[in-house]
Amino acid sequence: MKKTALALAAAAALLASPSFGADKVKIGFVTTVTTPAGVIGRDMVDAVNLAMKDIGGMMGGLEVELIIEDDGFKPEIGKQKTDKLVKQDDVHFVAGFIWSHVLLASRKSALDGGKFLISSNAGPSQIAGKLCHENFFSTSWQNDQTPMAMGEVLNQRGVKSLYVMAPNYAAGKNMVSGVERTFKGEILGKDMTKWGKDAQLDFSAELAKAKASGADGIFVFYPGKAGGAFIKQYQQAGLQGEIALYTVFTVDSIALPNLQKAGMSGVLGSLNTQFWGPDLDTPQNRKFVSGFKEAYGRYPSFYAAQSYDTIFLIKSAVEAVGGNMDDMDGMRAAMMKADFPSVRGPFRYGNNHFPIQNFYLRQVVEDADGVWTTTVVDTVLKDHQDVYAAECKM
Amino acid sequence: MDAGLVAAQLLNGLQLGVLLFLLASGLTLIFGIMDFVNLAHGSLYMVGAYFCATLTDATGSFLLAVALALPATALVGAAVELLVVRRLYRRDHLDHVLATFGLILCFDTLVQILWGPEGMAIRLPAWADGQQHLPGGLVFPTYRLLIIGAGLAVAAGLYVLVVKTKLGMRIRAGASNPAMAGALGIDIGLLFTLVFALGAVMAGLAGMMIAPITEASIGMGNEIIITAFVVVIVGGIGSIRGAFVAALLIGLIDTMGRSFLDMGLKLVIDVQAAETSAPALSAMLIYILMAAVLAFRPQGLFPPKAR
Repeated sequence: MKKTALALAAAAALLASPSFGADKVKIGFVTTVTTPAGVIGRDMVDAVNLAMKDIGGMMGGLEVELIIEDDGFKPEIGKQKTDKLVKQDDVHFVAGFIWSHVLLASRKSALDGGKFLISSNAGPSQIAGKLCHENFFSTSWQNDQTPMAMGEVLNQRGVKSLYVMAPNYAAGKNMVSGVERTFKGEILGKDMTKWGKDAQLDFSAELAKAKASGADGIFVFYPGKAGGAFIKQYQQAGLQGEIALYTVFTVDSIALPNLQKAGMSGVLGSLNTQFWGPDLDTPQNRKFVSGFKEAYGRYPSFYAAQSYDTIFLIKSAVEAVGGNMDDMDGMRAAMMKADFPSVRGPFRYGNNHFPIQNFYLRQVVEDADGVWTTTVVDTVLKDHQDVYAAECKM
Repeated sequence: MDAGLVAAQLLNGLQLGVLLFLLASGLTLIFGIMDFVNLAHGSLYMVGAYFCATLTDATGSFLLAVALALPATALVGAAVELLVVRRLYRRDHLDHVLATFGLILCFDTLVQILWGPEGMAIRLPAWADGQQHLPGGLVFPTYRLLIIGAGLAVAAGLYVLVVKTKLGMRIRAGASNPAMAGALGIDIGLLFTLVFALGAVMAGLAGMMIAPITEASIGMGNEIIITAFVVVIVGGIGSIRGAFVAALLIGLIDTMGRSFLDMGLKLVIDVQAAETSAPALSAMLIYILMAAVLAFRPQGLFPPKAR
């Protein structure tokens, strides 16, 4: 009896889907689920699922269908998956994208297919400048901005000389040019290391060079698990007292649990810059961080924060047009207002659809429960817009 | 370029070299004796690292964890040989590659299911976590010195095993002419399982030694296995001595390339171009060496005798 009922229900659903299919908000989400970088993708997917739960799976009276795709940390796979989302699934929004090189490879497929493209992390200079597009939006930042904030911090703290390390790919280059743009001291050495699925994780040679350079500080950008590996080796090489550590996108809630487990106390007190922090005091952030901790038992990362915002940005667009998914102009105009509760607090969009927002200085501390996390200690840049916006003819 | 930096980089290169040797020695034995291409050798490296990380958590002692993880990795190696590899010896190399590539995917997915995607850190005991002051004002991480010491000790042990013991004699016989060795009454099946397990133990040990530096993570063996294959080819397939020399050579070339190539390039081309091309070039150096060896000495630097 139960079986028959199920079969009937399934048949009904199948028959019904063509007519109701158009009345759904379809969101494709491309991230890295496999490879060691999958730990970032997991944080993003968890945040998106939490956001879906918080909005009850509905936007503007329409049901939301979420399709997660794995880019395998490779630009060509990311493009294939984007093509699939655009052509086969016919989604309304293609979102996600951890990696700048994956986003750059996938960009054309989504935009030429007439879809909205929303970056939940990557912010390559090209898309902020010459390749800007009316249907592209970012819920994160342009790559150069966070290291620019760090450059200011270095100046304020009287750091005279710096050694720079970053992975050799689109975002790594942006990070380096960002810190070079604002840092007024001398850069004594620079290493761009191998990146991708088989990224270099042993930095012994580079750390020996950094030490020999005699720089005051070392600036690094190593996202995901490479960050934890770097910090460990920095401490094992005994560099803590010799060359101060300044990071962007390296010491986060993904690296910290493993660092704490490995007893790498050298990271406590180290400084990084970010547009957001788990303790940033906004109503939406309090709700997000406590909800995330409750659901998954750990602190959310900035990747998670941006992914959570992505869903609320899309929701604001769908609600503004009353669920009329054909009204691209209406949805675009709504998104340009950035009129949604963001975890970072209110912000506005620049002409290139990247946020104009604050950047904070954060320090690694132990929270009341003895868990290592970061806390916001200062505002470095107020309402900061990226430098590439001027190149965007929009 | 100061002498201290060069000395530090020599040690770093040596450390990478012994790690490569641990991986490549098993690979070259399996390749040389069984004529079997084992892409999944890197998976045993990963399995060793995860076993060690889990056991360190459980027992609270890194050394005890290594002691327990070694036989556990040997068992996994033996199981892989008995269940999968054994059926493939008579097939050609392409089938080996296909099957062991499949094994890599199975191992990676299994690890993701069992341990999750986030990787595992290993906490080193305090005595291994500091730095040593070496003569000449050189400061070097204690743990990396330990890797060098342990790697060289294993290399010496392996030499004694292969050259001085009866089992080693059988292994050498198997490498030279398995059919004849079989005809003389050596249990080739058992020998193959033993060699495979031995290779697994050494790969696992390499994984356990690197894990406190980089963490145990999914697919961690898939990159280094390529370098290990380069070592095997440069050293001569089936030759432990060749693997040892080639591993140190490649460890040094890779480290020195990463350290000094950009400096050298800056003298010839402009700074911007040097900065972008140096990492790419230094990643290529070992393959250039391999190409040169293949062109001028295709049997490798130290091919085993009497093949």
